[in-house]
Amino acid sequence: MRRILNHPSLAIGLTATALFALIGLLSLVWTPYPIEQIVISRRFLGPSPEHWLGTDNLGRDMASLLMAGTYTSFLVAALAVAIGAGIGVPLGLAAAAWGGAVEWLVLRLSDFVFAFPAIVVAILITALFGPGAINAVVAIGVFNIPVFARVARGGALSVATLDFVAAGRLAGLGNLAIAFRHLLPNIMSLLIVQGTIQLSLGILSEAGLSYVGYGTQPPETSLGLMLRDAQGVFLIHPWLTLVPGLCIVCIVIALNIAGDGLRDAIDPRLRQGQTNVVA
Amino acid sequence: MTLFVLRRFLGFAVTLFLAALVIFTLLDLLPGDPAQFILGISATPEKLATLRDQLGLNAPAYQRFFGWIWGMLHGDFGISYTQRAPVAGLIWDRLGVTLPLSLFAMIISMAVGLPLGIIAARRRGKALDTAIMVLAQTGIAIPGFWFGMLLTLLFAVTLRWLPPGGFTPWDENPGLAFRGLILPSIALALPQASILARVMRTALVDVTGQDFIRTARAKGLTMGQAVWRHGVRNALLPVLTILGLQFAFLIAGTIIVENVFYLPGLGKLIFTAISERDLILVRGATIILIIAVTATMLVTDIAYALVDPRLRERGAP
Repeated sequence: MRRILNHPSLAIGLTATALFALIGLLSLVWTPYPIEQIVISRRFLGPSPEHWLGTDNLGRDMASLLMAGTYTSFLVAALAVAIGAGIGVPLGLAAAAWGGAVEWLVLRLSDFVFAFPAIVVAILITALFGPGAINAVVAIGVFNIPVFARVARGGALSVATLDFVAAGRLAGLGNLAIAFRHLLPNIMSLLIVQGTIQLSLGILSEAGLSYVGYGTQPPETSLGLMLRDAQGVFLIHPWLTLVPGLCIVCIVIALNIAGDGLRDAIDPRLRQGQTNVVA
Repeated sequence: MTLFVLRRFLGFAVTLFLAALVIFTLLDLLPGDPAQFILGISATPEKLATLRDQLGLNAPAYQRFFGWIWGMLHGDFGISYTQRAPVAGLIWDRLGVTLPLSLFAMIISMAVGLPLGIIAARRRGKALDTAIMVLAQTGIAIPGFWFGMLLTLLFAVTLRWLPPGGFTPWDENPGLAFRGLILPSIALALPQASILARVMRTALVDVTGQDFIRTARAKGLTMGQAVWRHGVRNALLPVLTILGLQFAFLIAGTIIVENVFYLPGLGKLIFTAISERDLILVRGATIILIIAVTATMLVTDIAYALVDPRLRERGAP
């Protein structure tokens, strides 16, 4: 806890992220209005005591949509991180622990997956199964796999030269035990930092995919889908575009600040250029 | 050097072959019969059989796969079911929008991002550095397509300087075509420029602390000269890697930004193809995207070796 307070940017980033996540979670049990409630007679209202953020082109309450949309965006990005880490980290660890042919194969595989930008994966899945939020999860998740594989391998390689790993080998531990008992716990901090970065990239990617129609579909909503809905009327009613867009920007900034802060708090030596590449 | 380039080319070819295999396998599982789709539900079984035959759907999968690869090697991407035109031509027309758009965005992001990164590194710890980094932090968090919407509001609706959307083909009026791409390129460039500024700054700060800069200073160069002649060239290495990745993703990013400005690019083509279940067109468009991404990475790798002779001698990074 003291470590967090020693790094103001970390405290600010984490608090803001937690706040957005809570707002999203709250939408599961309560929103000011049901998000499916369409009241055409009350559309395009400005902010008022009844509708804090006004209403959209179908008369739906913007505040409620924003809450539910934040939840979907977080959920999609988090599941994509889970896929990326769940597959990528074991691959990276295997590459570091076994080396040789295994390492070669993992590196080539991650190069190969890098050739598929999230949008291409989303296009392929949509062509197969039709659009849906799950497409965005898979598409962003696939993109995350090589990222985590590389970070895990890089981190594990630098840990693998340390004495306690050699001691473990002398004690008769196999590669699998070395990877999970010694390497994984020591690269956990690296992985958490990368997870934060991928979470923010995931929220941006979800917005992009839903905006072009490959992601979340109505009656569900997400921040990207709100922007898609606002597309047709944004020249006349820019408010409908500003609200979800600003929300995305704030969430991503919060996550990035938290990620930078975490990196500094965990290991100041890691303070290097972050190579975020937006899909 | 030759060996290095050859190995990279081999890797490029293998990646493309495997990507084609993945795309083919996925789309071959596509539920629904394309022949049925074209002819509608009322089609007679005889007609269906004839069309399936014409489309080559009766041949075994491996024959169709190698037929597709063979065709592509000769520039033949098949005939679109729904548009009844060669896929290669359809894609080529759309690339006339998508490629210049990604190129302009790349140029803008370099022209803005790199100098800002260098300035921030030279003024490290000063107010200007902080200001640039705050700007970059914000730029990274802004979705390009949303920024495009804001740009339209300001420059097309309020100020009326530029068109809000649509595209005039290059051969009709190059000036108008260019004007139509200005706002979309800026929208695409913003996040990229922010990333570049950060990477450039970090790389230059790292390099500035190294011995060869001190040596250069010792032989009488001013700090500015030392950084400019020795620092920037070395700092460009990490920047180059990012540039390659960025261009690859810019091409994919255009698909999203095109939507804001109603540009007739690859994105629109793919979206229509999916809704009409035009499997051949989707297949052609996705493989083109992957070729673009992979080729960019190949060029980056080779450029990297050209800039850094150390990598050439070792054979491969």
